[in-house]
Amino acid sequence: MIKINSKNVDVFYGKKQALFNINLDIEENQVTALIGPSGCGKSTFLRCLNRMNDVIDICRVKGQIIINDFDINDKSCDVVRLREKIGMVFQKPNPFPKTIYENISYGPTIHGMAQSKNEMDEIVENSLKKAALWEEVKDRIHEPGTGLSGGQQQRLCIARAISVKPEVILMDEPCSALDPIATAQIEELIDELKKDHTIIIVTHSMAQAARVSQNTGFFHLGELIEHGSTDKIFKNPENKRTQDYITGRFG
Amino acid sequence: MNLVIFIFIVLLGFTSYYFGRKKAYSIQATNTRLTALPQFYGYYLAIWCAIPAFIIYSLWAIFEPSIVKLIILSDYSNQGYLDDELNLIYEKTKSLSRGQFSGEITTYLETSAEKYLNLRSIAQNSKVVLILAIIIASIVYGYKRISSNNRTREPVEKFLNAVLFTASLAAILTTIGIVFSLIFQTIDFFKVIPLFDFIFGTHWYPAKAFVRDASEPLDPSMYSDTFGAVPIFAGTFFIALIAMCVAIPIGLMSGIYLAEYASTKVRQYAKPLIEILAGIPTVVYGFFAALTVGPFLKDIGTAMGLEVSAESALAAGGVMGIMIIPFISSLSDDVITSVPQSLRDGSYAMGATKSETIKKVIFPAALPGIVGSILLGVSRAVGETMIVVMASGLAANLTFNPLESTSTITAQIVVILIGDQAFGDPKTQAAFALGMTLFLVTLSLNIFALRVVKKYREKYE
Repeated sequence: MIKINSKNVDVFYGKKQALFNINLDIEENQVTALIGPSGCGKSTFLRCLNRMNDVIDICRVKGQIIINDFDINDKSCDVVRLREKIGMVFQKPNPFPKTIYENISYGPTIHGMAQSKNEMDEIVENSLKKAALWEEVKDRIHEPGTGLSGGQQQRLCIARAISVKPEVILMDEPCSALDPIATAQIEELIDELKKDHTIIIVTHSMAQAARVSQNTGFFHLGELIEHGSTDKIFKNPENKRTQDYITGRFG
Repeated sequence: MNLVIFIFIVLLGFTSYYFGRKKAYSIQATNTRLTALPQFYGYYLAIWCAIPAFIIYSLWAIFEPSIVKLIILSDYSNQGYLDDELNLIYEKTKSLSRGQFSGEITTYLETSAEKYLNLRSIAQNSKVVLILAIIIASIVYGYKRISSNNRTREPVEKFLNAVLFTASLAAILTTIGIVFSLIFQTIDFFKVIPLFDFIFGTHWYPAKAFVRDASEPLDPSMYSDTFGAVPIFAGTFFIALIAMCVAIPIGLMSGIYLAEYASTKVRQYAKPLIEILAGIPTVVYGFFAALTVGPFLKDIGTAMGLEVSAESALAAGGVMGIMIIPFISSLSDDVITSVPQSLRDGSYAMGATKSETIKKVIFPAALPGIVGSILLGVSRAVGETMIVVMASGLAANLTFNPLESTSTITAQIVVILIGDQAFGDPKTQAAFALGMTLFLVTLSLNIFALRVVKKYREKYE
């Protein structure tokens, strides 16, 4: 089933065009990897999906992005509700300078999701469990989140993102600041999360894309060159540029 | 003459730089590798030229007067003069030698004056000769030492290190000097006025100390109820409180606006405009408070049936608050801007609005820095003088009514030290005691503020 359907998406930074006519469908409850060389626009596209580009003054987005039969670029779209439904995990772990508990309860609080302290405790515990962090931090959830290791911080950010039960989780190179062991833990987690969430992951590591994703899109110079099932893209790409990139001839 | 010597040393320094470098180039020309770049050889020679000469010059300047004095006064030894009298004779001799002496001229004095002039010219000449000799000797020595395997980079770097060290030492020594000048006068003050009376007394009326006839011996009991500092401490903190009530909300909100809401264009113009406030001299704020705000408040108050003094704590405090706004807004703007963008992104991505993000993520993260900026503002308010002197009156009333006039530590120091002062008088020393207390208060505020700011920095680096 198609979860996100993007039609003719163009993105401009001031006068410079960063994305050209992107048409990409994202499958529900699957992992879609976006690959491509640096500056190819894959992160820009990812940020279109929860309208994070709004934060950048000079950025303009054109075209349609349809999620649940609704165009998120439409004026009537409520960004607050949209971002509740579409969570995001960033390249560098960015826990708030608050306790682990407060980091998780942040989203549910601003969206009024818990009526009582007990309910909130439950949300926090479940989110941490789903992010495979509960066992490591259950005795110190009232200590600062910034005191955790890099991999733990990133899992904390994932727990924070899933605390509001989003339908989609966007991940912008979530493992690029982590060591191989932490990376393996996050990848395992992604596999687990796709049962309940649709996941879109931007990554520089082709091995990672091959390991975690079912679908892959290849971006180059602001264009979506090719997309399809990961198997096909990696084993039998149609486009010459895709093949060159995947075999490491450029990028 | 001294200026000529000085210029001469400097010029020789430049010349020797040139020659040192030239010699280094000529060594290089023979395909020998130097241990440092040629200009280091130039600096090396310039240092050799200037430093020994300056050292001798300053030693001479320090010791010459006392040696001349010793020689002159040796004629008067064994004649039973007291030290004070000898000093007087020496001063007379000096002024006679300049032709400015108007007293009775004795033969003794005339011989001394002649001898003095003689000694001075000998000293002057031998100084010039000695310094020239030293410069030449050290240049020759330095020049000879320049060779391919002689190290010049290290001494030059060490010299620069020493120059920079001396510069920072000067600032520190000045601070220590100021503190000591305060301490001794303060101690003298507390010998007459008990510390307890100063800290807990509720009457401040230093004008009473004027009544004393200087020829009478000092009687501490007459100062009871004169130097009680409570009213002016209360006034100081009361006015600072009013100022901060104005400055904190306005400064903080404009800081948040500039950092988070303002577009690049607005920020580009608004920030310098706000900072212009910081460039207005405090005396201008002072007469703004005294001549515009004060009477204005009085008119409003009268219209409302309130009794408002023309010189009110409210006028002084309010204007002082306006003066402090740019400190708080500018500093908190910097602090808020330096909160990492990743935290904002994280919060927006959770679906938080701008104001939620500011309230729950950015403000707590920036809080230590904001507290630091507020504390710096407070120490400005406590130390501010001109506005208070001009707008809040000089009588130290113990009051917490913002519509009455009151006075502050700084204003009282001004009152005490304006006009004629007698040193060693408790009234004058009171200013030092007040200065010392003020110094301690602002120092501890500053240390506290810096600590807080430092703690904030550790969090993100």
